[in-house]
Amino acid sequence: MGVVKSYEEINEKIQQGKVVVITAEEMTQIVKDRGTKYAAQEVDIVTTGTFAPMCSSGAFVNFGHTQPPIKAHRVWLNDVPAYAGLAAVDFYIGATEPSVDDPLNKIHPGLFQYGGGHVIHDLVSGKPVRLKAEGYGTDCYPNRFVEKTVYLKDLPNAVLCNPRNAYQNYNCAVNLSSKTIYTYMGVLKPKLGNANYSTSGCLSPLLNDPYYKTIGLGTRIFLGGGVGYVVWHGTQHNPGVPRNEKGVPRAPAGTLMLLGDLKQMQPRWLVGVSILGYGCSLAVGVGIPIPILNEEMAYYTGVGDEDIVTQVKDYSFTETEPLGEVSYAELKRGVIKVMGKEVPTVPLSSYIRAKEIAESLKTWIKEGRFFLGKPQELLPCSTET
Amino acid sequence: MYAKVLVLRFPPEIVDKPIITNLVRSYNLTFNILKAQIFPRKEGLMVLELRGNKLDYDRGIEYLKRIGVRIEPIDQSIKRDDEACFQCGACTAVCPTGALYIKRPEMEVIFDSERCSGCEWCVKVCPAHAMTVTLSEAE
Repeated sequence: MGVVKSYEEINEKIQQGKVVVITAEEMTQIVKDRGTKYAAQEVDIVTTGTFAPMCSSGAFVNFGHTQPPIKAHRVWLNDVPAYAGLAAVDFYIGATEPSVDDPLNKIHPGLFQYGGGHVIHDLVSGKPVRLKAEGYGTDCYPNRFVEKTVYLKDLPNAVLCNPRNAYQNYNCAVNLSSKTIYTYMGVLKPKLGNANYSTSGCLSPLLNDPYYKTIGLGTRIFLGGGVGYVVWHGTQHNPGVPRNEKGVPRAPAGTLMLLGDLKQMQPRWLVGVSILGYGCSLAVGVGIPIPILNEEMAYYTGVGDEDIVTQVKDYSFTETEPLGEVSYAELKRGVIKVMGKEVPTVPLSSYIRAKEIAESLKTWIKEGRFFLGKPQELLPCSTET
Repeated sequence: MYAKVLVLRFPPEIVDKPIITNLVRSYNLTFNILKAQIFPRKEGLMVLELRGNKLDYDRGIEYLKRIGVRIEPIDQSIKRDDEACFQCGACTAVCPTGALYIKRPEMEVIFDSERCSGCEWCVKVCPAHAMTVTLSEAE
């Protein structure tokens, strides 16, 4: 066994300004050119990034006690309902909740102009948000209605808490039917008109640590432009999918539950989005530093777009079995072949922003503003199906 | 050979006149109509690509102006908010003319207004509401 580094040693290097940190894209090249042994010796941290709509996102907020006090039973923010089945003035605002008067898909495809993701974006932008709360009245909380304008800076607590982010790999979506369909994977034109995909490939966090050897509870990350943490494996976390010889899952696999103080996040990295005919969501910027503890981690972070494959799936329910397997190198080139037909590819995940996240995280670490969080427990990684 | 995509606005008085055909007959130009619409108050809107040699093209434009057609470059009516656009690429699925396309391998989403036909599909599809088209709005 060659070089072995500890989290403490790497953090010490950050402290001393001696740390060597590069992006996952740069690591791919170094490993290709110089090999894993050299890369493990030279590189301490590899930064990753992804920026895409992540529907399973939202924020816990406490809006402070009112006078007279209210036990908020129902809450709206800019007319978007929040879940208030918590203590008196706590609620959870979910990214995909549309505003109360949204026509939804009554005129298909619906526009979903404003929802929970947009509320979070507005809060982070420092914009005023109209809060309404209804209570049913109790002896201890007699107030039945509150309406006020709130700003993020004045809220006692606001915590972004996303139950499922940063999917490790995702399907490539196509449409075999004869009609255009409007999906969470974007607009899919009929008869294989386009193929949509949504990961940042070689920059994607979990694709650089396929067996979660460094990512777990307490891993400190870039979240929404601020600092956040991995707090659990995400919902639907499924490490047991088939993998290729490099350990990279060939279908959607691991996921992360992420948490961070909303107050230090930035609107550039938490963007409310509208997905035509589908709904509202929140585009989330996530970046994870992967410590190169040993040669094995150098090997994993050396993953390139040609090593990462995914399944082409029909989203029109015409065909249930995957229509084939494609690599991210092919997807990024712009055309894939499905059932003998050349199909143009469409990314939904911003590679440009993913790269910017990896670069930002790199700068934070280099400048000694960000240290590795040693996971207290790693994510579940049973690869048996 | 010179070619340009233009937005033409026809006042109500001439909206029923055969004007484009004169561009072909008298000015030796070819055209490709990308969009044509008449609004309730009878103003006409047309997005078309006009093609010919530069001299004929200039004379054709002169003719249109003379009879009262207002000519606007298309990028006056179609804009991308570059702050809002987060460079995903969702719009490239629906853009019929390739005005929105991805520059590879950088994966940068480019908007080339010269190739835009004003179909407005990107306006609905853009997750970040970065595209605005004001072609159909009353002046």
